[in-house]
Amino acid sequence: MTVLVIAEHDNKSLNDATRAAVTAASKIGGDIHVLVAGKGASGVAEAAGKLDGVAKVLHADADHLEHPMAESLAALVLSLADGYDAILSPATTTGKNFMPRVAAKLDVMQISDITAVESADTFVRPIYAGNAMMTVKSTDAKKVITVRGTTFEKAGDGGSASVESVDAPAGPFKSAFVSEELAKSDRPELTAAKIVISGGRGMASGDNFHLLDKIADKLNAAVGASRAAVDAGFVPNDYQVGQTGKVVAPELYIAVGISGAIQHLAGMKDSKVIVAINKDEEAPIFSVADYGLVADLFKALPELDEELAKAGY
Amino acid sequence: MKILVPVKRVVDYNVKVRVKPDQSGVDLANVKMSMNPFCEIAVEEAIRLKEAGKADEIVVVSIGPQQAQETIRTALAMGADRGILVTAEGRVEPLAVAKILAKIVEEESPDLVVLGKQAIDDDANQTGQMLGALLDWPQGTFASKVELDGGNVTVTREIDGGLQTIKLDGPAIVTTDLRLNEPRYASLPNIMKAKRKPIDTKTPEDYGVDISPRLEVVKVTEPPKREAGIKVESVAQLVDKLKNEAGVL
Ligand SMILES: Cc1cc2nc3c(=O)[nH]c(=O)nc-3n(C[C@H](O)[C@H](O)[C@H](O)COP(=O)(O)OP(=O)(O)OC[C@H]3O[C@@H](n4cnc5c(N)ncnc54)[C@H](O)[C@@H]3O)c2cc1C
Ligand SMILES: Nc1ncnc2c1ncn2[C@@H]1O[C@H](COP(=O)(O)O)[C@@H](O)[C@H]1O
Repeated sequence: MTVLVIAEHDNKSLNDATRAAVTAASKIGGDIHVLVAGKGASGVAEAAGKLDGVAKVLHADADHLEHPMAESLAALVLSLADGYDAILSPATTTGKNFMPRVAAKLDVMQISDITAVESADTFVRPIYAGNAMMTVKSTDAKKVITVRGTTFEKAGDGGSASVESVDAPAGPFKSAFVSEELAKSDRPELTAAKIVISGGRGMASGDNFHLLDKIADKLNAAVGASRAAVDAGFVPNDYQVGQTGKVVAPELYIAVGISGAIQHLAGMKDSKVIVAINKDEEAPIFSVADYGLVADLFKALPELDEELAKAGY
Repeated sequence: MKILVPVKRVVDYNVKVRVKPDQSGVDLANVKMSMNPFCEIAVEEAIRLKEAGKADEIVVVSIGPQQAQETIRTALAMGADRGILVTAEGRVEPLAVAKILAKIVEEESPDLVVLGKQAIDDDANQTGQMLGALLDWPQGTFASKVELDGGNVTVTREIDGGLQTIKLDGPAIVTTDLRLNEPRYASLPNIMKAKRKPIDTKTPEDYGVDISPRLEVVKVTEPPKREAGIKVESVAQLVDKLKNEAGVL
């Protein structure tokens, strides 16, 4: 049994979602190889070799892999697929983009967003916005799987695998990168942060998010949002937490002016401690909150800022 | 130019489903069903392209039970031109759906296929990408903006880090994200008109596609329940609890 994990990175560093996918791979069993595809990403390849349990790193370096398209990444993975019993990637927007192409070409039904590995062919995944958990047994010879990052431990740095170069198919491809507008922030990444504070429609405007930013800066927290806040243009799309946005499971999740629709709960209900601040005491968010505060957020947030300052933050 | 839009009939997004006591699945008896919201966005995008003079025919396809015809009618009432219903009972997995769609693409030769990014029942997020692979077409998934320029399609995509713009040589696959557009409601006259629009009925066998599932459902269970906690009286009490009781500050 050999498992291939496709690493996700920005050509500089490996992300936590990859570490979680490596842990999921270790639960399947067998040798773990990691593919690092990029441009000038040899530092990432080295880092991948240090991950716990990794036996070998495959490093593909090419200009077109600087911003890999689904087509080119799938072609590369397919060129290596013969040697593997299972292929895993993080269930990020990158993984969700190219992995089903790999699965279809291999005539395999992909198992999306797994939250547990029961055995080498049996996996658990959420369906219906996490309102049900489905255990499925794959009858396909090869398994193609994307891994939900929040439910697996992050693999540590106890390994010492060698790095081997592999060639990337050169195309021609029918899709090309044009540009990217990436959020710049000094705060931790939403899916990796220990504390997340999210705002909803109740925030009433994008300007008011500075009330959350101030608290986030004090707590080294990431700032998230509900779909309604993103749709209203208060914050960019990458803030969205939920069924069709990002899934987070921090130590502490603070929901401010968010009603708690099932689609939002799907993205945060595995957080360790949940706090809800909402002026409507009937809001469904309170049914999952460990600590609920019924209050006007425009009064509560400045107070929270002050109390945190008093507590030494 | 022709646009193909696959639409799925799913549990309405307002419904909180219940797991059956025998763990065989979720209870769908007497539950409200609707068009998958991302498919509504796909239909809307196709109609806007037609209204802008960039497309001249919109064909919608649904694979599912006989009732999926209602989903097709909804799309026709919004403004699509004709429908294809591929009847199939039970679970049809994205791989099988993609194979049927690939056959329909061969027959219909659309220039663009617009799908939802995700069906909100199985949350698979695969079908469009799989179709792209089977056809060797390029894809622009999670689209928040689509521009057609001759044979090229420029797609702005919602990705984890922000937004990405890519260019595809058509024919191409697009999957929709929430911010692409706001779907219209069908007007009463259009609902009446849609009743006369043609729907072809087919079966997977007509396309020679084996739809037997590859994933065997072992069981479907309730997720771990989260107990509601307490209400705090003040912000000061909240901070105290977080510090001294929960230990997260
Ligand atoms: C296909 C689909 C996918 C979706 N995906 C997602 C997703 O991934 N993530 C997501 O979040 N949603 C998603 N949704 C949307 C979801 O159904 C809800 O519409 C959304 O979560 C509501 O956002 P909200 O709680 O901010 O807004 P609302 O439901 O409008 O709630 C606002 C809350 O703020 C409170 N409030 C208002 N003013 C104040 C104040 N001054 N002080 C304190 N409280 C105040 C109100 O009491 C209310 O509870 C999706 C929906 C669909 C159909
Ligand atoms: N049974 C189906 N019939 C028609 N279209 C479908 C079907 N299943 C999935 N699709 C399309 O594929 C998209 C993504 O679905 P999924 O990959 O299942 O999450 C949906 O939004 C539809 O556009």
